[in-house]
Amino acid sequence: MLELQNIDVFYGNIQALHDISITIRQGEIVTLIGANGAGKSTTLMTISGILPPRHGRVIFLNQQISGLMPDRIVQLGISQVPEGRHIFPALTVSENLDLGAFLRRDHAAIADDKAWLYGLFPILEKRRQQPGGTLSGGEQQMLAIARALMARPKLLLLDEPSMGLAPLITKQIFEILLKLNKEHQTTIFLVEQNANLALRIAHRAYVLENGRVVLQGDAAVLRDNPVVQKAYLGM
Amino acid sequence: MEYFIELLFSGLTRGSIYALIALGYTMVYGIIGLINFAHGEMYMIGAFTGLIVAEILLIYQFPLPAVFVLTALAAVIWSSAYGFTVERIAYRPLRKAPRLAPLISAIGMSIFLQNYVQLVQTADFLPFPSLIPEFAFLEPYAGIIGSTDAAILVVSLIAMLLLSVMVKWTRIGKAMRATAQDQKMALLVGVNVDRIISFTFILGSGLAAIGGVLIASHVGQINVFIGFIAGIKAFTAAVLGGIGSIPGAVLGSYVLGLTESLTTGYVSSDYEDVFAFALLVLILIFRPSGLLGKASVDKV
Ligand SMILES: Nc1ncnc2c1ncn2[C@@H]1O[C@H](COP(=O)(O)OP(=O)(O)OP(=O)(O)O)[C@@H](O)[C@H]1O
Ligand SMILES: [Mg+2]
Repeated sequence: MLELQNIDVFYGNIQALHDISITIRQGEIVTLIGANGAGKSTTLMTISGILPPRHGRVIFLNQQISGLMPDRIVQLGISQVPEGRHIFPALTVSENLDLGAFLRRDHAAIADDKAWLYGLFPILEKRRQQPGGTLSGGEQQMLAIARALMARPKLLLLDEPSMGLAPLITKQIFEILLKLNKEHQTTIFLVEQNANLALRIAHRAYVLENGRVVLQGDAAVLRDNPVVQKAYLGM
Repeated sequence: MEYFIELLFSGLTRGSIYALIALGYTMVYGIIGLINFAHGEMYMIGAFTGLIVAEILLIYQFPLPAVFVLTALAAVIWSSAYGFTVERIAYRPLRKAPRLAPLISAIGMSIFLQNYVQLVQTADFLPFPSLIPEFAFLEPYAGIIGSTDAAILVVSLIAMLLLSVMVKWTRIGKAMRATAQDQKMALLVGVNVDRIISFTFILGSGLAAIGGVLIASHVGQINVFIGFIAGIKAFTAAVLGGIGSIPGAVLGSYVLGLTESLTTGYVSSDYEDVFAFALLVLILIFRPSGLLGKASVDKV
């Protein structure tokens, strides 16, 4: 479904990604783990078209998307829940959701999706007329996910959704991700520092170190890998 | 009492004109964090375009209301085209440059446009025809409000009302607010941010052009420097209200207009700028980000 082929990304003269190749198949949950500054967010921003790769290509559904504008990439079916949530603070919860559906014109289906998401995250319905900036961290994370889903993405990119959240909320959010994957066949690319959690829900995983992929494979296999256990699982 | 009400109306009229210009400053600042120093010139270009179009239409003896509407329309279109072009050639290439670069580019654009209009037109004052008829129903109140003032008030209130409806309810309005609040996230939900920026310049220039035609018709003469002077006043109003805030720009404009008008009426017109800027300083001491501005704006 998505293929990153030998991607190099630079910030000015500093190279952040070195020859990254990642494949995500339809219906999978794939996770990307790595320490601070490894290049995880950079990878997602490259997929979304915010950062142009200097070398390499990104292919989505047999079409090259590297070089396309971010709005085209959303339209093709990739939505991102960025690190830090990035809720529009002065827009209401409802307006934040509307913006998630910005490129859609099927108004009736948009209303249905909104109702479905309010069902999935009841707290958002209760807060729907409240400015997004006044929500708690967990509520904002739910809103960020719901907003991304308003675009009806084929591929959902998530950047550290567990960051700063209580374990209970994190568990709730991960259960919803699993449900989306199982019941709605949403393919998920999950960036996490919480490797323990990520390796438990993902099918496959990539480990990033200093902008390079150093390990990859089935999540269950990586969980038993002594190197991963020592560096990322704190064992 | 009647004198006070007269001053009140003249202050509101001034305030309306400032608001039409201040909105352009505040919207552009809200979206890209730039003080568009060339914005006053959009108002000046609107007035000059209006003059040319109005004179032609008057030669052909069009009825006055038609002349006014067509003149305003032509001014809006022409100024918008300038606003759009200025952003494209003077600001967009500098989007990633250090803060100071687009600011200098903006000042350069302002000087360039003044000189350009001066070359193709003239540096002297030109008479501007009165486009607003005397409304018979206002005759009993002639002592407190003239027809032109009433027209300025009504037209600008309608323009501002339409603007706020658009910003609040329409798709592009939501995209504008989203872009102003978090540009990167706007990109991530699929907003074409470049297009929103262009649209903001078009909108701001169009509003300023309406102001230009209204005030030119009121005062009866224009020259190439009117944009500079009105621009500084409107910019002051935008800062007073809290730059980046749309209601702030409107409030700041009326506060400034009323202050000037009351100073002129009760003290002397020589002091109108003194009082206006004293008020600005005073307000900024107590509310550094303006009347309705958000705290901790660090965009300049
Ligand atoms: N805007 C930027 N300009 C310059 N360098 C940057 C920029 N953003 C990120 N970097 C650098 O690129 C590298 C990768 O950063 P990135 O944000 O992708 O890491 P990350 O894996 O997401 O880290 P974290 O877990 O802390 O979010 C880091 O060395 C970082 O300092
Ligand atoms: Mg990151």
